[in-house]
Amino acid sequence: MLRFILRRLLQMMGVVIVLSLLVFLWLRSLPGGTVSAILGEKATPARRAALEKALGLDEPLYVQYWEFVKRAVKGQFGSSTGVLPGVDAFQIFLQRFPATVELSIFALVLAVALGIPLGYMAARRRASWFDNLSVVGSLIGVAVPVFFLAFLLKYVFAVNLHWLPVSGRQDPGLDATRVTGFFVLDGLLTREFDAAWDAIKHLILPGLALATIPFAVIFRITRAAVLEVMDEDYVRTAESKGLTARVIRGRHILRNALLPVVTTIGLQTGGLLVGAVLTERVFSFGGLGEATALSFERKDYAVLQVLLLMFAVTFVIINLLVDIAYAVIDPRIRTR
Amino acid sequence: MKLTRKAAPVALATTLALTLAACAQSDRTSDGNASSGGGDVKDTITFGAAGAPELFDPFYATDGETFRVTRQMMEGLVGIKPGTADIEPELATKWEASADGKEWTFSLREGVKFWDGEAFNAAAVCYNMERMSDQNEVAAGGPAGYWADVMGGFKKDGADALYQGCTAKDDMTAVIKISRATSKFPTALSLDSFSMQSPKALKAGDANNVTKQGDGFGYPAYSKNPVGTGPYKLDKYDEANKTVTLVRNDAYWGEKAKTAKLVFKIIPDESTRRQELEAGSIDGYDLPNPADWKGLKDSGNNVLVRPAFNILYMGLNPAKNPKLKDLKVRQALYYALNREQLVKTQLPEGAQVATQFMPDTVAGYNKDLKPYAYDKAKAQSLLKEAGAEGMTLTFAYPSEVSRPYMPDPQKIYEALRGDLEAVGIKVNVVTKPWNGGYLDTVDNGGYDAWLLGWTGDYNSPDNFIGTFFGGLKTNDFHTSATSYGAKLSADLAAADAIVDEGQRAAAYEKLNQEIMEQDLPGLAISHSPPALVVSAKLKGLVASPLTAETFSSVTVSK
Repeated sequence: MLRFILRRLLQMMGVVIVLSLLVFLWLRSLPGGTVSAILGEKATPARRAALEKALGLDEPLYVQYWEFVKRAVKGQFGSSTGVLPGVDAFQIFLQRFPATVELSIFALVLAVALGIPLGYMAARRRASWFDNLSVVGSLIGVAVPVFFLAFLLKYVFAVNLHWLPVSGRQDPGLDATRVTGFFVLDGLLTREFDAAWDAIKHLILPGLALATIPFAVIFRITRAAVLEVMDEDYVRTAESKGLTARVIRGRHILRNALLPVVTTIGLQTGGLLVGAVLTERVFSFGGLGEATALSFERKDYAVLQVLLLMFAVTFVIINLLVDIAYAVIDPRIRTR
Repeated sequence: MKLTRKAAPVALATTLALTLAACAQSDRTSDGNASSGGGDVKDTITFGAAGAPELFDPFYATDGETFRVTRQMMEGLVGIKPGTADIEPELATKWEASADGKEWTFSLREGVKFWDGEAFNAAAVCYNMERMSDQNEVAAGGPAGYWADVMGGFKKDGADALYQGCTAKDDMTAVIKISRATSKFPTALSLDSFSMQSPKALKAGDANNVTKQGDGFGYPAYSKNPVGTGPYKLDKYDEANKTVTLVRNDAYWGEKAKTAKLVFKIIPDESTRRQELEAGSIDGYDLPNPADWKGLKDSGNNVLVRPAFNILYMGLNPAKNPKLKDLKVRQALYYALNREQLVKTQLPEGAQVATQFMPDTVAGYNKDLKPYAYDKAKAQSLLKEAGAEGMTLTFAYPSEVSRPYMPDPQKIYEALRGDLEAVGIKVNVVTKPWNGGYLDTVDNGGYDAWLLGWTGDYNSPDNFIGTFFGGLKTNDFHTSATSYGAKLSADLAAADAIVDEGQRAAAYEKLNQEIMEQDLPGLAISHSPPALVVSAKLKGLVASPLTAETFSSVTVSK
């Protein structure tokens, strides 16, 4: 197992090195760029040249890339020019990572907690009104664009009903103490329970919006997997052995049906990062997704480079975790 | 005690949580918990900002979101009269120029202190001026942009720079020397970038130490802990929660801020800002989409329209399309445009058809100029006279952008394009994203005609027509390819150097007439008023044409 993990981590380094070059070249091949984004209407040829020189963008590409690598090895990725100007890009990643993790975990828990039981129930009551309704519901979940759903949720629950906040992560008036950057956790650790509760309230709407797609996918995969497993010989054998329904459900049906579901959850976790770009933007939730959108709009090379690389690393790690989870659920994998 | 396999992770997690909890302690102040002010007004104003401030040292900032914050904390020698673009005394009570306009004597306000207790005096003024002028290569090329624009150079540039030195004549009198007379002085000193900051804090925070960090700039510690003289001071910038909190400066020299706390909540998405206002969680925000103005008013908010201090124009490049060298062709294009219609249908309420390249609030505006009225027949006959019937024009507009003078570039473009095609011009439609090559292509002279505009920084004609047509070799209009370009540049420089205000204004009025009637380097289209929106509970905010609103007189009722 350890060797397997090490090998995967080595592969990850390869991925990062190749990707860093691709991202670097891709960003610099985009028209426009940092200089236009900073200067706007004030861009005269003289100011443009001065700024390019000051930023080192007038150097040949290979020199720029070498500079980038030299710094990156030391953990310095350069200062932001658009998202939080002057702040080191890696700092921005670290600062915003907790927000996205908090939101993703919330959304994932929501998607799993609803998707698996509902998928299971729909399969068990196949072709019933419950099944039909759930399938239609999950289709809508996939089909409705996140920004539209977000707008509706905000309009109903925040603007009209005033139950939940419109955007952000916490009411600034609370003056909450920061420890880890995970606002809910911070509130619990510092016993500022009002702050923790406020952070949870801020998670609900973006969490719901972000959860719709993974929920729909998990629901459908669970349903399909349970249907398939229910027809397996070993389930029939278990039934004929006279095992209790609870044991059959838990040990024979669900455990086997969960294998594809776990893979799906893994893939969806990666997908949450993509979903977060839109969701965080419309909920002004200061996480990596919003930072990605802003850094692209403002051509903030340093931040965009770090974020794209870290996204790749996150994907690889999530896949690794999924593989490990696989081995835990299915002992056959461990022996291979 | 032996732990079972299942219990071990739980025990580990509990230990970790307890350890973290032991390190974590609430650092809330006793009154930190959303306390409410006495009486009928709230103790906090919450304003929705579209972006994060770059840093808190305004000298290295170039964007409105930063200035909106620093303006509440810092003041300049010269201030701006609320609701206008005119200057008024701020930290200087009066000023006087020498006969040649090269020496400016500022009498300073008595009894002003920076928050750190440092006295504001002539030595502080000269320290600030020298500090701004003495920049390293990195800062000079990038962040010190306003100084570079206004002063044309830094200390290292010697006599080429406008600023030449500052001396303390006595404790409360500072004398600033400049290399030539210019209309920018002293108006440009009202720019937020040139605010006065505490010399002690500047020194302690190594304020000038800007470095290059990868593809961006690294700023010194001072940029996070600025010290000014204004009615508010920085409390904290919660980057994770995207809020900037300012608190009242109780030692302020003037009338104290009416509300104790001022919070800027950063909400990049415009429709989210609107929903926040409707939900009552912010008290106002900047630049509501003109299409929303009516809806916002209908739901009981106040849309505060700023007097327009901008210009939208259609740029023309005679170097790219030689037909544009003929004045008749340029006039034909102008007559072809139905700008009355455009202003009514595509621009916000209060927008005006432009008669020249500056708004009417600028000294030097020529009120006798009449707009080129829409006249299709005249346009066609002028094109015929010039032998340019059916000419092709590569006309571009930017996508992925909205500017105060151009809320929806595509719609404006479509209207103008329709007008041009109606007189037989073949329009080559080109568009590029604003930050994705549009501005670069305009600068490189890649289009025959394009849409662009400008919002003035300070009230000086030079900030408008000087910027557009002044630099003969460098301007976007490529006036160097025309017969009038060299003379126009020289005349602009001469007008800028006139010391007497009345004579200078007259010279600029004459220049405006020449530009519009004889030269016509581009087509001035319109001026559009940008707006702010505030809830009905917010009182005392005065909309400024320079977007220089201050919050010290603002209250929000409960």
